Amino acid sequence: MDHTNIKTISLTINKEHFNNINVENRQNLGDFLREQGFKGTHLGCEQGACGACNILLDGKSVRSCLTLAVQANGKDVTTVEGLNSSEMETVKDCFIKNNAMQCGFCSSGMLMTTYEIIKLNKKLSRSEIREMISGNYCRCTGYQAIVDAIEDSVNKINSGV
Amino acid sequence: MDDLNQNPKLGSADRPNSYIGRSVPRERARKLLEGKGTYVDDVLLPRMVHLNYVRSPFAHAIIKSINTEKAKNHPGVYEVFTIKDIEKVCTPWQGVLGHLGEMRSPNQFPLAKDIVRWQGEPVVAVVAKNRAVAEDASELVEIDYEEINAQLDMETALNKNASVIHDELGNNLFWTRTVNQGEVDKAFRSAFKVEEVSLEFARHTGVTLESRSIIADWNTSEEKMTIYHNGQAPHMMQHIIAKHFNVSEGLVRVISCDVGGSFGIKVHVYPDEIATIAISKIMERPVKFVADRLESYSTDIHSRCHKITGKIGVDQNGIITAFEIDDLSGIGPFSVYPRTSAIETNQVLNLSAASYIIPNYKATGTVVFQNKTPMCQYRAVGHPIAVAVTEALVDKAANSLNMDRCEFRKRNLIPDNAYPTKTPSGVPLEDLSHHACTEKLSNMMNLPELEKYKKESLINGKYKGYSVINMVEVTNPSPAFYGVGGAHISSQDGASIRLEGSGAVHLSSSITEQGQGTEAVMQQIAADQLGVNVETVRVTLGDTDSTPYGGGTWASRGAGIGGEAVLKAARQLKDNILKIAAVIMQSDINKLDIQNDKVIRKDGGEGINLKDLAQIVYYRGHELPPGTNPELITTASFSIQGVPFVFTNSAMGCLVDVDINTGLTKIEKFWAVEDCGTQINPKLVEEQIKGGIVQGIGGALYEECLYDDAGNLTNGNMADYLVPMAFEMPDILVDHVVTNSGRSILGAKGAGEAGTGGAPAAIMNAINDALKPLDAEVNSQPITPEKVLKSLGKI
Repeated sequence: MDHTNIKTISLTINKEHFNNINVENRQNLGDFLREQGFKGTHLGCEQGACGACNILLDGKSVRSCLTLAVQANGKDVTTVEGLNSSEMETVKDCFIKNNAMQCGFCSSGMLMTTYEIIKLNKKLSRSEIREMISGNYCRCTGYQAIVDAIEDSVNKINSGV
Repeated sequence: MDDLNQNPKLGSADRPNSYIGRSVPRERARKLLEGKGTYVDDVLLPRMVHLNYVRSPFAHAIIKSINTEKAKNHPGVYEVFTIKDIEKVCTPWQGVLGHLGEMRSPNQFPLAKDIVRWQGEPVVAVVAKNRAVAEDASELVEIDYEEINAQLDMETALNKNASVIHDELGNNLFWTRTVNQGEVDKAFRSAFKVEEVSLEFARHTGVTLESRSIIADWNTSEEKMTIYHNGQAPHMMQHIIAKHFNVSEGLVRVISCDVGGSFGIKVHVYPDEIATIAISKIMERPVKFVADRLESYSTDIHSRCHKITGKIGVDQNGIITAFEIDDLSGIGPFSVYPRTSAIETNQVLNLSAASYIIPNYKATGTVVFQNKTPMCQYRAVGHPIAVAVTEALVDKAANSLNMDRCEFRKRNLIPDNAYPTKTPSGVPLEDLSHHACTEKLSNMMNLPELEKYKKESLINGKYKGYSVINMVEVTNPSPAFYGVGGAHISSQDGASIRLEGSGAVHLSSSITEQGQGTEAVMQQIAADQLGVNVETVRVTLGDTDSTPYGGGTWASRGAGIGGEAVLKAARQLKDNILKIAAVIMQSDINKLDIQNDKVIRKDGGEGINLKDLAQIVYYRGHELPPGTNPELITTASFSIQGVPFVFTNSAMGCLVDVDINTGLTKIEKFWAVEDCGTQINPKLVEEQIKGGIVQGIGGALYEECLYDDAGNLTNGNMADYLVPMAFEMPDILVDHVVTNSGRSILGAKGAGEAGTGGAPAAIMNAINDALKPLDAEVNSQPITPEKVLKSLGKI
């Protein structure tokens, strides 16, 4: 292995510390997270188009396929496995109730986008929800059930139910 | 929870544990949602190595030499393979069937041999410690090609000067079929009006979000091949692997865990997957291949790629007297194994005009080879073409008579009380409801309001149009689909169900899950028929070692065929349990029933928990009288007999806005009424319809595999190949008519194809309705803004 292409990074993943890990400069964050066992991050296109690999980097959703692992040095990463705030549990319940996933491959990325929507803390029209998730591919549902689930989530979280 | 159980054969819907007809949430959903699913790429095995394929950069070329030395010497590389190595362990295959007339497709090998025939065909396999290193080393493989003329255009594929793709065949014809019923020419001569269309359907593909993936693990000690494969039909793969690797079928295990979408893409035999298995056998260690997105676009099967002309003849009263189609399709350089690439065209011939009474019908299909990615069956095989050509002609005929489009349909649709009958092509039809669906749809759509809206919009310079279309959908195929033609594809499915010592019920089925909710559906049927809580039933799917033999999931057969097997097995288990309970409880069996995981006395009095009963049978059998049957496991099978398919039907409509300045189409609303018989889980049915419609909208408006003049796929990525995204999609309203299938107790038909099959016709007819005041029409899918503007003479 050519050591000029290797960097040592430390980061937290879902609040767990990962220290002094050697990564190739070219490795993307999605592949790195999967290598660390966080297989809930799915790579659909590896070019930033499909959104399946979205994760939170310091609390903001990013494409992990367009982010290098070295860029996560010193940062907090949240994958779908760590998405367990009470709001996100409500979101998950709403996804299940509305069957807002079929094969589940897009779901982790879709939940990251939903996390951003919830963070806005405001009521959105269906059309606005559709626009906000239009960076995420779903090939199974036709999106309607996902829009239903997000609409439900926003309503439930806003009303404190 | 809603309740749609209208099938009296299943018992009353208000009894305990009545789950058939209810939208019980899927248990599997939480696992998938939380990223805890196990897709093939999540599976890690000791000593596993990774593959990358060097693929042909040319559509058609002779391989003059291959030099792999530099790649072999690259650090981290284990081996590099060509067909010379692979063919020592694996035999080639041919995608032909015997029951549909002569099909001609030569041997296909796992890696290209001497000649490459499409851009993306695998040529060399590089095996390394990880995929990245394998990709690095792939760049060091030197292949000397001599490019030859590529035959890309299907329309010239049979010309005398065409480049012949397989010398031994003499020309590029794969298959042709003509159906001729009645006296079509005579009927056209005497028709009051004759209308014609000529339509084009681009190549598109399934774009499963999880790409094709396989791990092959050859265990030399056991001589056992374990395959982790994100497929739809594990037993079919088991058979094929055993056959082509000369391994005992019992020593091939195919495991299909969670699958990230399939849509028919993952039911075929792919050369790169077979090569992966071969390499595991040669290297005697686990080998993983996961297609990247470019490989998905250039090697997943494509579909559609049709040019079709159609002609309809009607009399003065608006009755159809003659119908004729002529379809041409290009399938790439090989017919795909084992289903063949003839079926889409065959379905076009069988399904065109299949909703209508057509006394004189003629259909011709021609299927040719070309140097593009192989084409085969993708969701709603043939339906979009058949329905679009039919419904375009029906609208034209109605318009030519100045007759209301719905009224014209009512006069020609097969009456709901006319079954059993046959399609114009002669295929048996039964238990359909075109008129009931159309009436329900018309009410949902409120057609007079739509007509008013359209007219008012036109005054304001807005071009709105709507459509109403009818269709049949092929589901639940019998052995007549593939088996009769010699393909080893099971039309039968099995279910095995057992009561365990804990009182839990374990169910295994040969049907597989790719997100449809198969597991939930099977769980509901078992719980409903046995009389237990749905949570009591655990389900195993997708493992040839532990599930009964069967066909798997394709052609919308899971609920109708696999579900019936579950129903039968559950009823047998219930019978066995009650016989034992009658002994224990000293009661007449007819006075007992199972409810809420307990054998109860119908007249009251103390019952016995299934757990307690199971423990007596398993652990304290001596307490039972000699001769008591202790079988708390039952297995049942089911296949459709007597008809080739169980057809379903749907009516759909949509409202579109066409911007005549930009050519952009906006779908304002979409409605569908479908009849899939008994719905086991209405929410899951609705999701099949909605998801299917959106895939159909993709084909109608966006999706196309684009090639340049040299046969290079130019948009093999998710940014350039357009699919429906959330913002452009409408909310879809779905309703149902329920006509149970008489072919089973369950009465369920399929629901997975309708949306994809019908939406393209609904969209195209609505756009043409919008363009009618401008005397323009579109006839080529995807209906891009450019094509709309061209139809208007603006560009």
